[in-house]
Amino acid sequence: MKRVSAIASNTFREAVRDRVLYNLILFAVLIVASALLFGQISIGIEKIILINLGLSAVSIFGLVIAIFIGIQLVSKEIEKRTLYTVLARPVRRWEFIVGKFFGLAGTLVVNTFFMAIGFFGALLYLAHKFERADASLLAALYFIILQFVILIALALLFSSFSTPLLSAVFTFALFVIGTFAQDLREFAAMTSGATKYLATGFAYIVPNFASLNVISSVAHGQPVATDLIVYNTLYALVYAATALSAAVIIFENRNLK
Amino acid sequence: MMFAALLICCMSTSVIALRKLDHIRSGSAVQELLFVPSPKVMKAMSLGYTGLMADIYWTRAVQYFGRNHHDRKLEYHYLGPLLEITADLDPHLLPTYEFGSVFLAQKPPEGAGEPDRAVQLVEKGIKHNPEYWRLYYSLGFIHWMERKDPSAAADAFQRGVKVQGSHPWMKSMAAAMASESGDRNTARLLWRAMYESTEDQNVKRNAVKRLAALDVDDSVDTLELVVLKYKERFGAAPRSWAQLVQAGWLKSTPLDPIGNPYELAEDGSVLVQNIDALPFITRGLVKHGGASVSTQSESNVKKPS
Amino acid sequence: MFAIETLALEKTYHVGFWRKRPKLSLRPLTLQVNEGEVFGYLGPNGAGKTTTLKLLMGLVFPTSGSAKILGMEIGDPRMKAQIGFLPEHPYFYDYLTAHELLDYYARLSGVPAQERKRRIDVALDRVKLHDVNKVQLRKFSKGMLQRVGIAQAIIHDPKLIFLDEPMSGLDPIGRREVRDLMQELKDQGKTIFFSTHILSDAETICDRVAVLNKGELKGVGVVADLTDKLTGTVEFQFEGAAAADALRALGATVHATGESVRAQLPEAMQDAAIDTLRRHKARLLSITPVRATLEDYFLGKLDALQPQENFEVAEAGR
Repeated sequence: MKRVSAIASNTFREAVRDRVLYNLILFAVLIVASALLFGQISIGIEKIILINLGLSAVSIFGLVIAIFIGIQLVSKEIEKRTLYTVLARPVRRWEFIVGKFFGLAGTLVVNTFFMAIGFFGALLYLAHKFERADASLLAALYFIILQFVILIALALLFSSFSTPLLSAVFTFALFVIGTFAQDLREFAAMTSGATKYLATGFAYIVPNFASLNVISSVAHGQPVATDLIVYNTLYALVYAATALSAAVIIFENRNLK
Repeated sequence: MMFAALLICCMSTSVIALRKLDHIRSGSAVQELLFVPSPKVMKAMSLGYTGLMADIYWTRAVQYFGRNHHDRKLEYHYLGPLLEITADLDPHLLPTYEFGSVFLAQKPPEGAGEPDRAVQLVEKGIKHNPEYWRLYYSLGFIHWMERKDPSAAADAFQRGVKVQGSHPWMKSMAAAMASESGDRNTARLLWRAMYESTEDQNVKRNAVKRLAALDVDDSVDTLELVVLKYKERFGAAPRSWAQLVQAGWLKSTPLDPIGNPYELAEDGSVLVQNIDALPFITRGLVKHGGASVSTQSESNVKKPS
Repeated sequence: MFAIETLALEKTYHVGFWRKRPKLSLRPLTLQVNEGEVFGYLGPNGAGKTTTLKLLMGLVFPTSGSAKILGMEIGDPRMKAQIGFLPEHPYFYDYLTAHELLDYYARLSGVPAQERKRRIDVALDRVKLHDVNKVQLRKFSKGMLQRVGIAQAIIHDPKLIFLDEPMSGLDPIGRREVRDLMQELKDQGKTIFFSTHILSDAETICDRVAVLNKGELKGVGVVADLTDKLTGTVEFQFEGAAAADALRALGATVHATGESVRAQLPEAMQDAAIDTLRRHKARLLSITPVRATLEDYFLGKLDALQPQENFEVAEAGR
C-alpha cells in the first residue's frame, strides 16, 4: 500500500509540474467565462447555455487531459527507462499500474475541482444566487469524474502494451463508441444468430458513457435520480477495475526490452 | 529586422485576403448547405454533448433568420431544418418552439411561410413537454393566424386549458375561437397575449409590428368610412384632411403608427405612405380599383361589416 | 551461498512483424559470483551484457534456465530489497529534485520514514551531490546524473549492487570518482556486479571478470592471474633513430617518433638487440618485460570458440 501511494503521489506530482496542464485549465476557464457572453445572444436561456457550455468544457478538457497523460503513463517510463530502477526494487508490477492509476485519477479530481469553482463562480455571477435545483449540477460533475475514471483505466490499459499514438487513438475511439453504447445494445437485440452474440458481446465490452452524460438534463433543472447515481458508480468502478486487471495481466507478462 | 517587416506584411495581407474571402463566400448558398446535416447525424456527431449542440444550433437558427430578414430575403430554406435539429438535440429547449411558431409560420419576408412544418415542430414540443401550457398557445396561434383553421385552433387552446397552471385567458381564447373566426379583435388579443408572455426579443418585436398593422387596418377602415359619410353629407369627397378637421369631424391630420400622415386619394381611398415600413398591413395599400403597389402578403382577416 | 548464480540462463527474442524470427540474445549462461567481490562483466556492444542484467533484474523473462540472487529466486521481492541497480544511460524524473528522487526510491525500497532523511543525506554525501539536492534533475549534467544514479542504487543499503556501464560518458575525473566509490562499497563488504566495455577500468578494480561475446560466455578468470602472465616479449625504449631500422631487420616491432623509439621483440633476441643498439651508439632508456593486459586476454577470448569449461584458470582458490 505504501508503495502504491508513493507511485501515485509521484504521478500526481509529475502532472502538477507539467506546464501543459495549466494551459489546458486556463483554456477551460476561459471557455466557461465566454459562456457568459454567449448567453447574451439568447436572453432567457443564458443559464441553460452556461451550464451546457461550462459542464461540456469541464468534461471535454478532462477527457483530453486523461487521454493525453494516460497514454504516456507506462510508455514514457519504459522509453525513459525510469521503470527499470523502479522495478529493480521490491515493487510488484501490479502496484506500479495501480499507483499510476490513482495518481492520474487524483490529478483529474483536483483539476475538475478547480474548474468547477470557476464554473460555479460564473453561475453565481449570472444568477446571483444558487437554487436547490443546482445540487443536480454536483451530480453531473460527479458523473464527469466517473467518466474520467473509466477513461484513465482504458488509457492505462493501452499504454501497458502499445505506443502513445495508438493508445490515444484506441482510447478516443472507445470514448466515441461508448457514447453509442446504448444504441449498440439495442441494435444487438434486434439481430440474431452469430451476429447477435458478437454484437451483444461487443456492446457490453464497450464502455457506457451515454448514461454518464446528464449535462443536458441538469441544464433544464431536472434532478438526477439516486438509482442512477448508485448504478453509475458501481458500473464505473467495476469497469475501471476490469480494465486495470487486464492492464496488470498484460504488464506482468511483458518483457521490458 | 527584415523578418519583422515580413511578419507584419504577411499578417496584413492575410487579413485582406480573409475579408475578400468572406465577401466572395457570403453570396453563396454552399456554406449553408454544409452546416445543416440531418437531425440524426447531428445527434450522433454530438457525442453526448447534445445540450451544447442544441444551444449552438438554436443560436444559428436565430442568426440565420435575422440575417436573411435584414437582407429582405424571401427564402428561409434552412430555418425549418435548423429548428428541427435544435429540437431533436434538446427537446426541452422551449424557446425553439415559440420562435418556430411565429417565424417558421409567417409568410415571407417575415417568416419562412411553412405553417404546417411549424405545427409539426410545436406538436413535437408538446410531446416532450406536455406540462408546458404555452406550447398549446403557440400551436393554436399557428392554426388560427397562418393556417386559417379556427376549429383546429380551438382544439389546441382547449388542450391547453386542461394543463395545470395555464394562463386564464387560454379559456377565453378557446371560447373566441369557437364562436367567431377571422376577427381582427381576436387577432389583436392573440398578439397582445404573445407580446406579454414571451421573453424572446425577436418574438416581441414581431408582435409589436403585428399589433401596429392591426391598428393601421382599423384606422384605414374608419377613415374611409368617415370620408364616405362626408361625401354623402356634403355631396363631394373631401380633398384633404384639413377639410375634415375644419368640419370638426377629425381632431387633426391622422397619422399612422410610425408618424406619417395617411394619404387621401380622390376616389376616397385612404393610403399608407410608406408601405415597406409597415409590414403585415392589409388595408391602405391600393386605391379602390387601382393596382397594388406593394408586394405585401395578405391576411384573410375579414373586414368588419 | 553465491551472490549470483545462474544455471543455463537463456534468452531468445522473436523479432520481426509477421514471421517472427528467433534472435538468440543470450546462450545458456552458467555463472557464479561470490559475495564480497567486484565482478566485471566484459564484452563488446551488443554482446548480451544488458540482456543478462535485465534477466537478473526480472525486467525480462528467461526463455529457459534459472538464476538465484543471494540464494533467492529472481523476482522475489525480498531479494530485491537487498539489491541496487543502475541502468545504462540513466534518466530520472527530471521534474524532481535529487532529494525528492531519493525519497521516492527510498519509499519504494521500504526504508522506514524515520531513517529516510538520514539515509538520503548519507547517500548524497557519498556521491558528493549534497549542495544541489534541491535542484531539479533536469538541470543536472551527465556526470551528476550518473552520481544520482549510484545514490539511488545504494540508498537502501543493499548487499549487492548491479551497475550497467557505470563509467559511460564520464570524463576521467568522473570515472575516478565512480571507481573510488566502488572501492569504498567493496570495502564495506558489498558485492558489485558491473558491466563495461572499457577494459582499463575493469583491470583496476575487478577481482574477477567474465567475457561475453555474441551472447556467449567466452571465459571467466581472476584478473591478477590473467595479467600476471608474461608474454615473453620485452620492450626497449631508446633514443637513436638510426638503430631503429637495424632492429626492424631483426624482426622487432618498432615505433619511432623523431629520435625516441620503442621496440618490442622476443626475449630471446634481447642480447642481439642490445648489441645492435651499442653498435649504432643509441642511448638506451629502459628495458621492460611486457605483461599481458586484460585487453589481450579479452581479445583472445573473443576469437576463441572453445566452451567455457576449458578456461578453468580462475575458479579455484577463491
